[in-house]
Amino acid sequence: MTLENVIIIGNGVSGVTLARHIRKLSNHRITVISNETRFFYARTALMYVYMGELTFEDTKPYEDWFWKKNRIDIIEAEVVAIDKTQQTVSLSNGESLAYDKLILATGSRPRTLDWIEEDLKGIQAFYHKQDLDLLEEHAPNNTVCKRAVVVGGGLIGIELVEMLHSRGIHVTFLVREPSFRGGLIPQSESNMISDHIRDWGIDLRVNANLQTIKAHENKRIKSIIIEETQEEIPCDLVCITIGVTPNIELAQSSDIETNMGILVNEYLETNVPQVYAVGNCAEPRNKAYKNKFAANWYTARMMGETLAHTICGNKTAYNPDHLFDAAKFLSIEFQSYGTVNSIAAPGNAQFHWKHELENKSITVEYSKDSHHFLGIHAYGIRLRHEIINRWLAEKQTVHYVLTNLHQANFEIEFSQTYEKEIVSMFHANFENIKG
Amino acid sequence: MKGKEQTNRSFFDVDIASLSLKLKLALILANSGIFIFILALFNVQLPSSPIFLSAALVLISAGVIIYSNETYGKKKAGVNNRGVWLTSITSRGVLAWLLGITITLLYIVLYFYPNLLGLGENGQPNTGLVALFDPLSLWLSRKPANQWFVYSTLYTLGIFIFGYKFMLKYKGNRYQQIRTISVMFFQLGFAFLIPELMARLNSENFSLPYNDFKNLWPLNYYNFEQYRVDQLLSSGNIGLALLILAVLSTFVISPILTYKYGKRWYCSWVCGCGGLAETAGDSFRHLSSKTLFSWKVERWTIHLTLVFVVIMTTAVIASYLGSDTSKYWLTKDAFLIMIGAGLTLVFSLIMIFKRKELGKDARYGAIGFFAIIMSLLGIHLFSSHNTLFFIEAETLRRSYGFMIGSIFSGVIGVGFYPIMGNRVWCRYGCPMAAILGMQQRFFSKFRITTNGGQCISCGSCSSQCEMGIDVRSYAQKGENIVRSSCVGCGICAAVCPRGVLKLENGSLDETISQSPFPSENHLGSNE
Repeated sequence: MTLENVIIIGNGVSGVTLARHIRKLSNHRITVISNETRFFYARTALMYVYMGELTFEDTKPYEDWFWKKNRIDIIEAEVVAIDKTQQTVSLSNGESLAYDKLILATGSRPRTLDWIEEDLKGIQAFYHKQDLDLLEEHAPNNTVCKRAVVVGGGLIGIELVEMLHSRGIHVTFLVREPSFRGGLIPQSESNMISDHIRDWGIDLRVNANLQTIKAHENKRIKSIIIEETQEEIPCDLVCITIGVTPNIELAQSSDIETNMGILVNEYLETNVPQVYAVGNCAEPRNKAYKNKFAANWYTARMMGETLAHTICGNKTAYNPDHLFDAAKFLSIEFQSYGTVNSIAAPGNAQFHWKHELENKSITVEYSKDSHHFLGIHAYGIRLRHEIINRWLAEKQTVHYVLTNLHQANFEIEFSQTYEKEIVSMFHANFENIKG
Repeated sequence: MKGKEQTNRSFFDVDIASLSLKLKLALILANSGIFIFILALFNVQLPSSPIFLSAALVLISAGVIIYSNETYGKKKAGVNNRGVWLTSITSRGVLAWLLGITITLLYIVLYFYPNLLGLGENGQPNTGLVALFDPLSLWLSRKPANQWFVYSTLYTLGIFIFGYKFMLKYKGNRYQQIRTISVMFFQLGFAFLIPELMARLNSENFSLPYNDFKNLWPLNYYNFEQYRVDQLLSSGNIGLALLILAVLSTFVISPILTYKYGKRWYCSWVCGCGGLAETAGDSFRHLSSKTLFSWKVERWTIHLTLVFVVIMTTAVIASYLGSDTSKYWLTKDAFLIMIGAGLTLVFSLIMIFKRKELGKDARYGAIGFFAIIMSLLGIHLFSSHNTLFFIEAETLRRSYGFMIGSIFSGVIGVGFYPIMGNRVWCRYGCPMAAILGMQQRFFSKFRITTNGGQCISCGSCSSQCEMGIDVRSYAQKGENIVRSSCVGCGICAAVCPRGVLKLENGSLDETISQSPFPSENHLGSNE
């Protein structure tokens, strides 16, 4: 294999996973360019730093010597231009580097509301290390920040709610939907989480949009107004978490084809030869792949690993078969495998079980005709990835899956189990479904 | 970096004015209890010591219990370690150093200057703090107290009251509840009550040594010393049974349990050192170093201690065995040949079956240590030299007792909790942990399973690992965790925000990894 110059722009999970796997498979020269932090850290862990469970040092999955030892060069700079014909990139520090393969792993950034005045103090998003530092400044404790408003019912929104709550700050949580994640997950699940949020003493406002932000003379914010009710809520901090938008400016200015994100085929190739895109900045040309490009940690990591094979001579399509996801809503753990729609898709049906008192539930989606198991959502119950994945691959029936659910139990030893209850409810309600 | 992060965090800093009324009450009660001990220490004549001793113990317990209820009682089940890096005492702040230095000094006094605690020397009655404990000791064993009785009482109390705190902190996690009840049971029953009550049985012609059945050799390095063995052998069938039990525990019972459940059956369910670490030391678990460098250091220090204890014990036993087979079946030479054969067997099995799983340094280390021990045994057998290993057995025994038994396991082991984490001794020193760990790594069903590809690399597991295992480095690759040092405390699985980890006893052949992702090098480098 001829040695090539591989340049990766971005040191998030997709870029770094790619770099590590290229090193495992080859001796290519690897350069990672980023202007966020010198060393890779887990973005997912920033919340725990604010909550005092980790130091920032703890968020780095690899010790600082790791990169040099594995001959992964790191350059702290911004890439300002790509020359496709010469195959070079120009950096903000004036340097220019030649590449044989260029990978855009530029990730995404938080969306913002364009009407917000830029010079107001006390408004922020939560995404980068820099946002953590800013939050530490805006909300170090509940004396400086008595009340905060979090706008947007997404995963980062609920994390911020938990973080601010941990410092005793009163939080108002504005969610556009009629319930938290309403319309994205089955309604009973959405209700359960919404109740749980209120249980924590969080001021959850549903069907609520942010209309305007009022500020003092000195530009410090003082309150917000909810569009639907015209209620004014005094606050010291507003966090805007209304989703993310792919970073495509560099690609756009270099005439690499983009839509919302950088367009790639199933091999993660852009329209420009030798230029690839992975992670949150990538968008599939084939709309059928939309789910497989969902902007999360897992897809970013899998794209990085897949592309490493292609770069190292073994052309591999990015096509993970059974998607999975996991999250945590305050203290409720959530796992998802396969597909569970908010309302069963045409031709499908759902089985739902919820514990009488505790925040534990499962929802299984299956095909009405064949009874094939299509996906499962589990809250407060840990399932074994390997087993569920196998059942999805084997196209087991919903009957088989539920009666064998104990095999997929991944709970801590001595935990109470609920399989019996689940199976008896299944039998009671679904006598017509046979294995 | 940490200095910068610790600014502006008054909410978590210890600020007495911001404590709730109940927390203030807890502080007052516990300190009043400690104050009684201080009065006793300075020989203030307390009128009736049973009352004052009870008062001190009750006040301290009440303080800790009220503190626990107030801090964790109302919280819902879940992860309750918020703010550990924002609080002085749990983040190597001023309070942590003060606490560490105080404990260290107390241990130095306990081990080397017990007279300062009031131990009566040369038949003199006890004074001070030790005298305060006389009534309890007399009631239990009909003997006056000594410094070890004081220590053992407070140690047991510590495991109970901080165990209570631990159980509240990890409520909703039954593994943690059951495990904590287990360490409480073994501490109270096996380490505290049984030995004291057994001392009652002793008379002029029947005398059993102090016996904590769960304290196995080599953690209990003095288990086979001459005075103990003599005492046991002269105490008839009971003594003989106890001696046989001690040998079986180390060489038969322990390997079977470790095969089935991993070393956790001992280290975090039974052991007293582990018991204190898991309860009183719980607040300091995140302080252990997670670097690769620490892991390398740990592997050398713990195995050096193991080699030391094997040499020392062999020399000590050989020193009191005779050479005449007609007097006793076990002669010195027979014993040494037995030890040599046993070590050769273990060494060969590992080298034949597990060679590939050993790191380069481990291979060289094992070969080196083995060669040294065997040549020393050989030199002795085929020469007329009187001292085994060229050093007097007594010198070896005394140096081990001083350096390892007192300084390492006691002074450093507990004194350094607030600075280096709660398992310093277990991780860097304990020879028992070394043996169990070797077996756990090579021949046990126990592992921590990683749930497919669900890890988000947040590092909560690594941070909370008291043994300094970088759990994340395995989990993020989808690999199972099979590490000799893992004591199976289960906190990584408890704090993981995605439910990725599970401690389990699976089947032997799938302990290493069954992941959907290619496995990588354990040391975290992709060579």
